[in-house]
Amino acid sequence: MARLVVMGAGVSGHTAATFAKKYLGKKHEVVVVAPNSNWNWIPSNIWVGVGEMTKEDVTFALAPVYKKAGIDFRQAKAVSIHPEGKADSDTPYITIEYTDDERSGQSEELEYDYLINATGPKLNFGATAGLGEGSNIGEHTVSVCTADHAAHANLELQACIEKMKNGERQKFLIGTGHGMCTCQGAAFEYIFNIEKTLNDAGVRDMADMKWISNESFLGDFGMGGIHFSMGGYATSSKIFSESLYSERGLDWIIGAHVTKVEEGKIEYELLDGSMDEETFDFAMLIPPFAGVGLKAYAKDGADITDTIFAPNGFMKVDAKYDAGAYENWQASDWPHTLQNPTYGNMFAVGIAFAPPHPISKPITTPNGTLIVPTPPRTGMPSAMMGKAVAQSISDMIKKGATEPTHTACMAEMGAACVASAGKGLFTGTAAAMTVYPIVPDFEKYPGVGRDMNGTTGELGLAAHWIKHILHHIFIWKAKLKPGWTLIPE
Amino acid sequence: MAEGSKEKKHLGHIQPYSPQAGTMVPMGAQKFFRTCVLWQLVRFVVINFRMTILILKSHH
Repeated sequence: MARLVVMGAGVSGHTAATFAKKYLGKKHEVVVVAPNSNWNWIPSNIWVGVGEMTKEDVTFALAPVYKKAGIDFRQAKAVSIHPEGKADSDTPYITIEYTDDERSGQSEELEYDYLINATGPKLNFGATAGLGEGSNIGEHTVSVCTADHAAHANLELQACIEKMKNGERQKFLIGTGHGMCTCQGAAFEYIFNIEKTLNDAGVRDMADMKWISNESFLGDFGMGGIHFSMGGYATSSKIFSESLYSERGLDWIIGAHVTKVEEGKIEYELLDGSMDEETFDFAMLIPPFAGVGLKAYAKDGADITDTIFAPNGFMKVDAKYDAGAYENWQASDWPHTLQNPTYGNMFAVGIAFAPPHPISKPITTPNGTLIVPTPPRTGMPSAMMGKAVAQSISDMIKKGATEPTHTACMAEMGAACVASAGKGLFTGTAAAMTVYPIVPDFEKYPGVGRDMNGTTGELGLAAHWIKHILHHIFIWKAKLKPGWTLIPE
Repeated sequence: MAEGSKEKKHLGHIQPYSPQAGTMVPMGAQKFFRTCVLWQLVRFVVINFRMTILILKSHH
């Protein structure tokens, strides 16, 4: 009997674990290690952040689902990886520290035959002074990164709405809290959902709303922008986004590295090296992501963290990490099998794998500050990575395959992204975007880097319906309800 | 500008020479179709078709 251990139970980890169990059956063991007791459909946190959904609408308890599936669930955080075993054993293992009420703080060694790192990110609030400490959000801004954060953001938002109803103007600042952030899409959704919420509450005219982000142009989204096939034109997402911001009366600051957050004020550096500041009454600033801080040790106890992980804490996989400057980047730099190059029984999926480099062009300010959005690796692509790795490991265990048999390369897969611009059965809108491939391939698709037959975008009510339906479908799927395997990632 | 004109309704919030003035801004028909239920039912089918094709192309 082989044992697969999956660290993390987000979109990619949950997908990997559940498919692996389906493929491997009862003869083999699948263990999930995750510090949280609940699964969270993160895309709907946006609606929690404006009071359109509750925390309970976007989360469910993992333990009963895993019990039903025959998956061994340990509510614990992974601390270290020992891929060569220890002095008296060659069996690799990880150390975990329980986080549930019963065993909180207790440590355990968990042996594995195969390991999937799907830990997701550490929300690195501590990277920006005043944004927070370590993984914890600070007192000056709000976040929608977790369901709890989003519920808190809604309380702050409702307080602002009350002030506006009482005649007090409020200034909203939404975007990214550091020059190396990703997840601009979540902030994009949040600013438009707030805008609609304020409209519905009849106080939009009392609000000044501004976007701030590390993108070098509006609509970069950490993907170097996108050209959509629209109305006979290859239309840049810059035009698409600027149009939407203009229509809704939103100002924007782009190319910004937020350096400091204080009560009601941020300081930031722009791409030209100039420094400026902005005041706010309500701010939601996405933190940068980092690896969760896993350590790795060799058989003799030597620290091999640098061998397995990139400096940002994400796990190295079969990517080309020595591509060098932007001019040398190619689509083929991106990983295919997600297998660790040093230890073939370890894989990393979703945010946990180390990308070879950004997708967007990096810009260094005259002060030496690097400002570049880091690549998005959430949602559909992370689920596809989880499934592909589960298939490969299943083939390695059951069929004796010596190499991974499935791939999920971001330069060869597309993504469907539905970004909410306001909720409402007949008044809601969302931007429905399809992008193929996610990482532009300028050799295959000269000029824009993407297949114009597969890269489209449009704003409308239909996209909102799709986003709402996806909310229910993916929670259904994650709960492993009847037909869950038929629902695509 | 006439009271109630489409310029005032759709473009009145944009300041000349501001960044917002440098892009295309939707007006009445475009906005109407975005939330027109019949038209959006058609778009619903089209978008789902597109996404299905994308998913099929992406699985290896």
